[in-house]
Amino acid sequence: MGDEIDEGLRSELQRQGIWVTSMQELYNWGRKNSIWPLQFGLACCAIEMIATAASRYDIARFGAEVFRPSPRQADLMIVAGTVTKKMAPQIVRLYNQMPDPKYVIAMGACAISGGPFKQGYNVLKGIDRYIPVDVYIPGCPPRPEALLHAFMELQRKIDNQKLSGPNKSDHLDREHPSEYPVPAFGKHDLVPRANPDVFRPPQIERV
Amino acid sequence: METLEQIKKRIEAAVPGAKIDIVNNGSPSAQHSLKIDNEHARDVARFLRDDPALRFDFCSNVTGVDWLDRVIKKTVKTKQVVDGVEKDVDLTSEEKIPGYLEAVYHLFSIAHKHGPVIIRMQTGRANAQLSSLTPIWRSAELQEREIFDLYGIKFEGHPDLRRILMWDEFEDFPMRKDYRPPDDFEWEPTPHDDVLERAKQHYPARPTETELKPS
Amino acid sequence: MSATSSQELEQAPPRMSSRLEGELMEVSLGPQHPSTHGVFRMNVALEGEIVRKLKPVFGYLHRNHEQIGESAGYLQAMPYTDRLDYFCSMTNNWAYALSVEKLAGIEVPERAEYLRIILAELTRLQNHTSLLGFLLSDMGAWGTPLMYAFREREKILDLFESLSGARMMCDYMRFGGCRVDANDDWIAGAKKIVDLFPKFLDEFEDLILQNEIVIARTQHVGKLSPELAISAGITGPMLRASGVNYDIRKIDKYGFYPRFKFRVPLGDHGDTYDRLMMRALEMRESLSILQQAFAQIQPGPVMNPKVKIRAFKPPVGEAYGRIEAPKGELGFYLISDGSANPYRYRVRPPSFINLTILEDMCLGHTVADVMVILGSIDIVMGEVDR
Repeated sequence: MGDEIDEGLRSELQRQGIWVTSMQELYNWGRKNSIWPLQFGLACCAIEMIATAASRYDIARFGAEVFRPSPRQADLMIVAGTVTKKMAPQIVRLYNQMPDPKYVIAMGACAISGGPFKQGYNVLKGIDRYIPVDVYIPGCPPRPEALLHAFMELQRKIDNQKLSGPNKSDHLDREHPSEYPVPAFGKHDLVPRANPDVFRPPQIERV
Repeated sequence: METLEQIKKRIEAAVPGAKIDIVNNGSPSAQHSLKIDNEHARDVARFLRDDPALRFDFCSNVTGVDWLDRVIKKTVKTKQVVDGVEKDVDLTSEEKIPGYLEAVYHLFSIAHKHGPVIIRMQTGRANAQLSSLTPIWRSAELQEREIFDLYGIKFEGHPDLRRILMWDEFEDFPMRKDYRPPDDFEWEPTPHDDVLERAKQHYPARPTETELKPS
Repeated sequence: MSATSSQELEQAPPRMSSRLEGELMEVSLGPQHPSTHGVFRMNVALEGEIVRKLKPVFGYLHRNHEQIGESAGYLQAMPYTDRLDYFCSMTNNWAYALSVEKLAGIEVPERAEYLRIILAELTRLQNHTSLLGFLLSDMGAWGTPLMYAFREREKILDLFESLSGARMMCDYMRFGGCRVDANDDWIAGAKKIVDLFPKFLDEFEDLILQNEIVIARTQHVGKLSPELAISAGITGPMLRASGVNYDIRKIDKYGFYPRFKFRVPLGDHGDTYDRLMMRALEMRESLSILQQAFAQIQPGPVMNPKVKIRAFKPPVGEAYGRIEAPKGELGFYLISDGSANPYRYRVRPPSFINLTILEDMCLGHTVADVMVILGSIDIVMGEVDR
């Protein structure tokens, strides 16, 4: 662990048959190539997620074909589809049950913002109102290629996470919450309507 | 299949006291319907299902409809004698129809392969109640629950009348035309029309003159 | 069928006499569960492994389709119908277009009718193949059948994409015809895929239908009597598996289906195996329809030029139009008040109504069978909850 390895020295050593790496690189290399997603589909996008895992697109090339039925064994939650207000508490609960480090991909317009169903009385306007999201993929539904792209982005993110130092990854920070409050069913809407710790909408400025 | 008039006559003969009206449908589909009264609804439905010539054994679709109060303007052309000369005069009459809720059933016959016959029942918007046709057609079970959930019509005689799509704690009837969704418009990137109006309420107040002045 | 009330139709759950009569254990299956086909939840009361009570819980994907349909114009609702049953966007489009055509009395050009039939039958092929794959993975054959099924599905989705621009959400049909014409290359490509499909079907049937485990898991599981099926409004392959001859393509004679020769497969027992077989047999008939359509289709316009689909205002009235979608009777009930958007827009969802008798079919079976029975109903949550 520690500082970056000198690239010149590393290639020099490699030429001599000595392969040098750091703990951080090895750890992240292992993590990024075995992301286990939670087997969990919500709506239309879930079918594209299955298509990504199936024969033509073959997510196994990225080491992510092991869809786990239990959140306890999963690293990644792909929120694939419309999040309704009735479903949102269950999603937050599933997220809370996942062990750290955990990542979230919001797949499709609905998971990002409610998408075409945004103005509905039972549709949550984006899952980022309750849990933090790492990668957003637009599309309705996004093509399997888009999901693969999101995967590669996530791998890049994992690769760049630091294990120590002031910029170390969030999941290694004891202060950083790994669970978020589950919203309750209210008489007219979910209570609360959004988690202010997670959801900070951009302020509209008047000039 | 018999015409609606024939069916109406036969129902009235078979179910004494039943009030049946034919509701005309002006569109090219020409799917006219029978309005039946709430008290005899189940007897009428049973007759439609069991009559050997009709045998509507398959209730395909159950729909709830919310009609708000509305005013219908009717213009009737009449001939009046004005100043000794006969003239065509348009008489406009306004008819106020109070709002009501409606349940519409689309019936088909699998035995005779005919249909649809459409029956509709009406109830007031406050304290809405209709008799359930689930005992006659099992297929109405989930659909009547859905109407109870979204429109708030209580179906008397339904075996399991609970909310089905919304959660149990929910109190509104969201498919009614006067329903207003909760105010969660704090972040609308591309607002327009009604959404813009509601999103504006979340905009920060305009800065005052003193705030704008450079200090 | 005699006139039986629903109380008489309900059978007493079978009892296993050698079991100890213990307390019931309540288990919630779903909404996140590997084989509940989306966000479907069942509350099950178990005696050991035997299901004694089962209550389905809906609404986890209720996204207000009907309300959106009422606030949007007639044309705007078309892309929303894609997202009802997201496996079969083409048939959803057709059902909606058919209802609006009934409401406004619109004629459809001949070539458009043929294209609609071709696309609907292709949709049926890809829906039924995927269903068989999913059903097998519910039984524990995780992977292989689904991979084969999706390999074929991707080929059909390529056709959809090259025609409409989208893989799943095609938004292809319009009231009064279809959005774009298919060129000869497309027809030739479609014919090639249809020509090769029987080979896959033979292979797939060899793989699954004679499999001992599949037979053991599906025969005499989840029986559905024809009387109960009719009373509960079951439609589609599930109704025909119970031996009721009711195919809307034959009954309503919509589109140009009367011009085609095809048979309606019927089951004898109404069990899960029959429902599975029904899909396999229907695919054979779809292939025959497709071959006839490729032979009959003639050049011509695909859109009725008299229809102004933008700012479309049908006359005051109402219409109920229905088609035989891969999952059953898909109907749209529209009430028009003469304005640019429907006053009432109702979807008659086959998968939702087919779930009415889920409890009746599952009682007395084990939990593992519940998954197979649910899989054989063929539900898509987008349509169940709308």
